Amino acid sequence: MKPVTVVTGRAVPLDRSDVDTDQIIPSDWLKRVERTGFGAGLFSEWRDDRAFVLNQPEYAGATILVAGPNFGTGSSREHAVWALLDYGFEAVVSPRFADIFRNNCTKQGLLPVEVEPALGRALLDAVVADPSLELTIDVARGSVEAPAVGLTGSFSLDEFTRERLLNGWDDIGLTLRHGDDITAYERTRSPWLPTATGIAPR
Amino acid sequence: MTSRVGTQSPRSLSDKVWERHLVHQADGEPDLLFIDLHLVHEVTSPQAFDGLRLASRPVRHPELTVATADHNVPTTDIDKPVADPVSARQLEVLTANCEEFGITCYPMGHANQGIVHIIGPELGLSQPGMTIVCGDSHTSTHGAFGALAFGIGTSEVEHVLATQTLPQMRLDTMAVEVEGDAPGGVTAKDIVLAIIGRIGTSGGMGHVIEYRGPAIRALSMEGRMTMCNMSIEAGARAGMIAPDDVTFEYLEGRPHAPTGRMWERALDDWRSLGTDEGTVFDKTVTIDASQIRPHVTWGTNPAQVVPIDGIVPDPSSFAEPAEREAAARALQYMGLGAGTAVRDVAVDTVFIGSCTNSRIEDLRAAAAVLHDRHVRPGLRALVVPGSHPVKAQAEAEGLDKVFLAAGFEWRQPGCSMCLAMNPDKLAVGERCASTSNRNFEGRQGRGGRTHLVSPAVAAATAVAGHFATPEDLS
Ligand code: SF4
Repeated sequence: MKPVTVVTGRAVPLDRSDVDTDQIIPSDWLKRVERTGFGAGLFSEWRDDRAFVLNQPEYAGATILVAGPNFGTGSSREHAVWALLDYGFEAVVSPRFADIFRNNCTKQGLLPVEVEPALGRALLDAVVADPSLELTIDVARGSVEAPAVGLTGSFSLDEFTRERLLNGWDDIGLTLRHGDDITAYERTRSPWLPTATGIAPR
Repeated sequence: MTSRVGTQSPRSLSDKVWERHLVHQADGEPDLLFIDLHLVHEVTSPQAFDGLRLASRPVRHPELTVATADHNVPTTDIDKPVADPVSARQLEVLTANCEEFGITCYPMGHANQGIVHIIGPELGLSQPGMTIVCGDSHTSTHGAFGALAFGIGTSEVEHVLATQTLPQMRLDTMAVEVEGDAPGGVTAKDIVLAIIGRIGTSGGMGHVIEYRGPAIRALSMEGRMTMCNMSIEAGARAGMIAPDDVTFEYLEGRPHAPTGRMWERALDDWRSLGTDEGTVFDKTVTIDASQIRPHVTWGTNPAQVVPIDGIVPDPSSFAEPAEREAAARALQYMGLGAGTAVRDVAVDTVFIGSCTNSRIEDLRAAAAVLHDRHVRPGLRALVVPGSHPVKAQAEAEGLDKVFLAAGFEWRQPGCSMCLAMNPDKLAVGERCASTSNRNFEGRQGRGGRTHLVSPAVAAATAVAGHFATPEDLS
């Protein structure tokens, strides 16, 4: 994973709550066995509507998605994160993220920016009012700012995830440092636990 | 979060299971948990296997991993090549990956194949006290056995394949106490829909829900799986139910359940897993089962739900502006007017299937309604058993004949119209009574309109042509 330190750019307002991963990337797109090329499928059903915000030329090239609460509910499909990244988003702002979606984001370096509801509302309104408004999200400081309109606030991120994002650490690499602990644990497992091969323990 | 580690204070079921899987723990880091069982399917795994190949990593415990084909598989003509070349490729890639990495795989048509959350329990692989993961959010299903089971993304699938562990932040605990007795005709599906209606789609976020109380103890394993399955629709990562004699009776004699002396040792251990008296949960919700009626969703998330005797609500009746807007948008998508009686809503399709409600008990409940009755002319109705063993059992009991005589289609196992990755889809504007778990926009096909119901209500609705309970038919 590439380190993520600061995201600066214009934002797209998606003023909806409970945006589920079926909307972010509809199931037709899940048949692919590659990790790339999902940007074309991002919100593909909503994009059929010409009035949908992603179709508005003034928001082209934006790198931040500002959404309502409960973003990323539903299916665990990491394809949703791949689609957002592939489309060009580097961060998503929401007052609340679904747990699995947030985990998937931080594994791929898409920044989940969880803000207080009032700040989320203010950011949505500001971006609707001015599509050229620039936001800056700083991972180390945990801050979200739109200096042009005097908006500034913070977002929550646990320290471990912050370090991981700032350094671009790979989770598997981190875990393999504990190889001895894993081996030690394996010796303590109960003898009746099943295996998917072979027959049941007697 | 209250501190619960390393103390003698009473502990919850989920804490006990969590603590016995700790591989590594350090301040300020997520806990590293050992994973006892990793379930794999074709959709969320190909990129994970690619990652292993790129890094030249083996699968650490192929014997703790099992794969099946479910999301993509067609439910007709499974003896012929899969018509959609992209689906066909994904299914082939699963089989090839499993061969390369030494993983047991049940491909389309195999006697053990089925929806991943149906086959784990039915093979006896899902047992109390285990940690179980799968690249699928409905992994919460397996919590019905008193296992800690949750869905993960593809990066985490790769992590588990490579290390058999997963770094996880501790989750908070939430008790859902279901008191009283559910009235006749009220199923596990109705109870869980009522709970989601009450706590909302984010009510369980960051939590493991433990379902407790007499109405839960009274449920069969099938019913408990339905409850835990839908925990994710309340935002919870996992749902759990303490194991008891119902659990043990279900497990005994299953292919991967322990036998002989090991069965006795396992039983002793499993009996100690239940939440200790006096445990304080981070959050508690109490619900009275005796007040629950069969439920039907009217909107585009599972919390938008009412009893079948109710009406489609008026968006202006919601207090929160966000809820009002969501309700208005849902009514527009669903093509419904506020104030319409639920029973007056006519459907085009009835789908009985999915990891929520395609086990043998679900098929029995639906078939019981359909004896000597017929699906309303013009209505499309299909039954998709959850697995080949479920299908075989249903056929041995003659249920297939009941469904066919009533005008239902009797299909091959898979996810099917639950998510419409295979040819089973709704057309634009088509309305469906479905026993699945998600009524999201487009979930069952672009523009399709989904109403979530129990198997009994689905069957009665197929006969009536509009939402109905079995008692409504006569
Ligand atoms: S049946 Fe539906 S919810 Fe269950 S695993 Fe398949 S697609 Fe997911």
